[in-house]
Amino acid sequence: MTATAGRFVGQSVLRREDARLLTGRGRYVDDVMLPGMLHCAFVRSDIARGTVTRLDVAAACALDGVVAVLTAADLNAHAGSMQPTLLLNANGAPLRPLAERDVRFVGDPIALVVAQSRYLAEDAAELVEVEIEPLPAIVDVERAVDAPDRVHPELGSNVGDDVPFPRSEALEAALRDSPLVVTETFRQHRQTNVPMETRGIVAAYDPASAELHAWMSTQNPHEARLAISRVTGLPANRIRVTARDVGGGFGQKFFTFRDELTVALAARRLGRTLKWIEDRRENLIAANHARVDVATCTLALDDDGRLLGAYVDHLEDAGAYPTGGMGGAGALVGMLFTGPYKVPQAAFRSRAVFTNTCARGAYRGPWMFETVAREQMADVAARAVGLDPLEWRRRNVVRAGDLPYTLPSGMPLDNVTAAETLEQAAEIIGYDAFRVEQRRVFESEGRLLGIGLGLYVEPTSMGAMDPLGTDTAIVRVAPTGEVTVALGTGSHGQGIETTMAQVVAEELGVDIDDVVVVQGDTASTPFGRGTGGSGTAVIAGSACRAASEAVRAKVVEIAAHLMEAAPGDLEIVDGVVSVKGTPARSVPWKEVARIAHLDTARLPAGMAPGLEATASYQAPPITWSNACHACTVEVDRTTGLVRVLRYVVSEDCGVMINPMVVEGQIAGGVVQGLGGTLLEHVVYDADGNPLTTTFMDYLVPTATEVPEIEYGHIETPSPTPGGHKGMGEGGAIGSPPCIFNAVADALALVGARIDRTPLGPDAILTALDTAGA
Amino acid sequence: MSSQHDIVVSVNGERRHARVDARVTLADFVREQCGLTGTHLGCEHGVCGACTVLVDGDAVRSCLLFAVQADGAEVTTVEGIGGPDGALSPVQEAFRAEHGLQCGFCTPGFVVTVTALLAENPAPSDAEIREALSGNICRCTGYQGIVRAVRRAAGTSA
Repeated sequence: MTATAGRFVGQSVLRREDARLLTGRGRYVDDVMLPGMLHCAFVRSDIARGTVTRLDVAAACALDGVVAVLTAADLNAHAGSMQPTLLLNANGAPLRPLAERDVRFVGDPIALVVAQSRYLAEDAAELVEVEIEPLPAIVDVERAVDAPDRVHPELGSNVGDDVPFPRSEALEAALRDSPLVVTETFRQHRQTNVPMETRGIVAAYDPASAELHAWMSTQNPHEARLAISRVTGLPANRIRVTARDVGGGFGQKFFTFRDELTVALAARRLGRTLKWIEDRRENLIAANHARVDVATCTLALDDDGRLLGAYVDHLEDAGAYPTGGMGGAGALVGMLFTGPYKVPQAAFRSRAVFTNTCARGAYRGPWMFETVAREQMADVAARAVGLDPLEWRRRNVVRAGDLPYTLPSGMPLDNVTAAETLEQAAEIIGYDAFRVEQRRVFESEGRLLGIGLGLYVEPTSMGAMDPLGTDTAIVRVAPTGEVTVALGTGSHGQGIETTMAQVVAEELGVDIDDVVVVQGDTASTPFGRGTGGSGTAVIAGSACRAASEAVRAKVVEIAAHLMEAAPGDLEIVDGVVSVKGTPARSVPWKEVARIAHLDTARLPAGMAPGLEATASYQAPPITWSNACHACTVEVDRTTGLVRVLRYVVSEDCGVMINPMVVEGQIAGGVVQGLGGTLLEHVVYDADGNPLTTTFMDYLVPTATEVPEIEYGHIETPSPTPGGHKGMGEGGAIGSPPCIFNAVADALALVGARIDRTPLGPDAILTALDTAGA
Repeated sequence: MSSQHDIVVSVNGERRHARVDARVTLADFVREQCGLTGTHLGCEHGVCGACTVLVDGDAVRSCLLFAVQADGAEVTTVEGIGGPDGALSPVQEAFRAEHGLQCGFCTPGFVVTVTALLAENPAPSDAEIREALSGNICRCTGYQGIVRAVRRAAGTSA
């Protein structure tokens, strides 16, 4: 099962990004300071829904050091589409730079102050006089569906998207007549990405050359360039987007949001260099939220607990102004709901609904509620049948012999190891022994321990929708032999400068220290899909491989000509091209590179000089990865606190490029899911006022809440060139239901039940009280 | 709007005379007036710890101090932790070896915090490590590599 590790691929090569980041030499967007740079602050609505009755910027404009105070009247008429490239023609919210006659969520930008310092910009923002006549806010997603008021008066309904996948007659019969039919409604609460670096842009517009250079905190520089081009009307070749270091994103920085686009448009209108760095309050209330989902799930089972049919009715809260389409979950929640289990038939309905709240946006596994709802439902089904949740999964899981397996939604599942990871996770955590201990501790001390599982298959590197499925790599060899790789990626913690160098060095046969990866800059890299959607290893990696193969072939051809050998007899090892089995017959890689550029008379007749190649790769529609999470918890009956005791992830992401980076990605995702389930909660009051506007209110995990994570790896190569599978999001997909199930398992000891998150102390104590425990 | 003050601060061993607005934070002072952009602002309300610097040897949040409060003090930022030639300190080396960073934005705050911790307590227990780290937020690593890095730097790793 385990692929053979290469010289570089498969090794935990230490990251070359680290030295600069550890010594304070990184360059994030706020570190860019340019001559003549002005600073921006937004004036935002503090009313969730209302009519703007007065907007007076005179006092703000009069403040010393204020250059401009821009409102909708100054900018909106000059703005092109603010939709992302992926969804230019899709239905969506009526995006606009600044609020015009009305406001639609707390945080809705109303004016942009431009001043000589950030301090002055914020002073002036307080002097902008805004009066808003409040209207009843539409805050609750379930009520929004049929609410008489509309979030967007331009649209006919608050339901922005409605994807039906109707039940067949056979499914109706199964859901009606099966020996056991279980139904449960799960609710997931509002969370947000919280990259430690907030959003930001420095937009420098030079009216003389009509060029705009934007330094941004973005996962996707080429998308940012296209978005700025659409909004400003400048041609794409007059726009350059640069992102050297990006302080996290987790989806938030994949599409370019309204705020950055407004600043870019303002820079063009004013002909100046503008900097906007979001503050944490803005990030918590106005960047993007995620995860507000409701699903009513129905499973039909036979007497042995085997699945006969499934139906899920899913509702997601899109907020007011989602940029990445209608939220991000959409139909995928329904399509993936049956996941790694054999189900003869299934159907779904999935609706996305506008509310007067911050936009829903991509957050690490945007459709992850399919796994949350299914895995929580699996435990409900197991309890209903009287089976242990592990045994229920064993009976229903798709096994190696079932592959390829077509999901009821039509998605073809293959090259996954759901059953194997289930067993590996159960073994590492000592599932059976824990059951004994759990019973003993409960009976002797009344303590509530629980164990949970989270099993899933994950569609990664999805290639079906342009431009998400393609990347291009340029592999360029200098006359001195060193290699530069140019990629359109936007690394924001994944270590792409290291991992893609591993891939290229492996393919070329040169030392990894002779390979440098350039990315995060539209001027020096080919168009690419950015970094997100668990796609870089498969898509950019395959492009790197293809470009490297072309360079390697040319090197071999030149060397064969020089040595009068057959190309097929040559190999490249440690930067030396030699005849296999006759190492004395060799020519150094660097000599080939020199000849290709500086001694071209020695090239084979008719060969063009130079040594570089460009290759593009289109990913297959889906490259599946899979994992099983298992954890144990203790629920404190007095305080309601949940403590995670052990956490295990068994995963299969195919051939690992860098196991250290893989485990780092898993850990980060798991802990985000842990925080999301137990601690983090974006709270609005009934009028749509956000109550969690600082890190004192929105609680992300710290080192004291987090267990040590244990890993198991199974490496089943994908059918893509390197055998890799995407894995950046999975940790955050598997952990929420895993922790939920463990808590539910503990509570079940005393007959207490939960059906929603977050699982903070009040929720736990309420569940215990309700059960009289 | 804001009174101005003359201060003298030693930043990473360099003595600096500066005139600052009373309301300018120490973080903005080191970033914008000293050009030391390794000190990062993650929340500007004293919770995330990304802006941690040493003031007279103590780890403090530079977003919660005004530059004038550092008058006469010795300030060490992340740029002053390693060698001037870019050489990594033992703490920085341990973070690299243990994958204690991903996006790197919170990292300077952790490096400074751990440097201060180990100066005070060279062999912390696991509980002491986690407690000491609990004032710094990392959103990428799940703290796995960070805790290992502290153990490694302290020489207490298994």
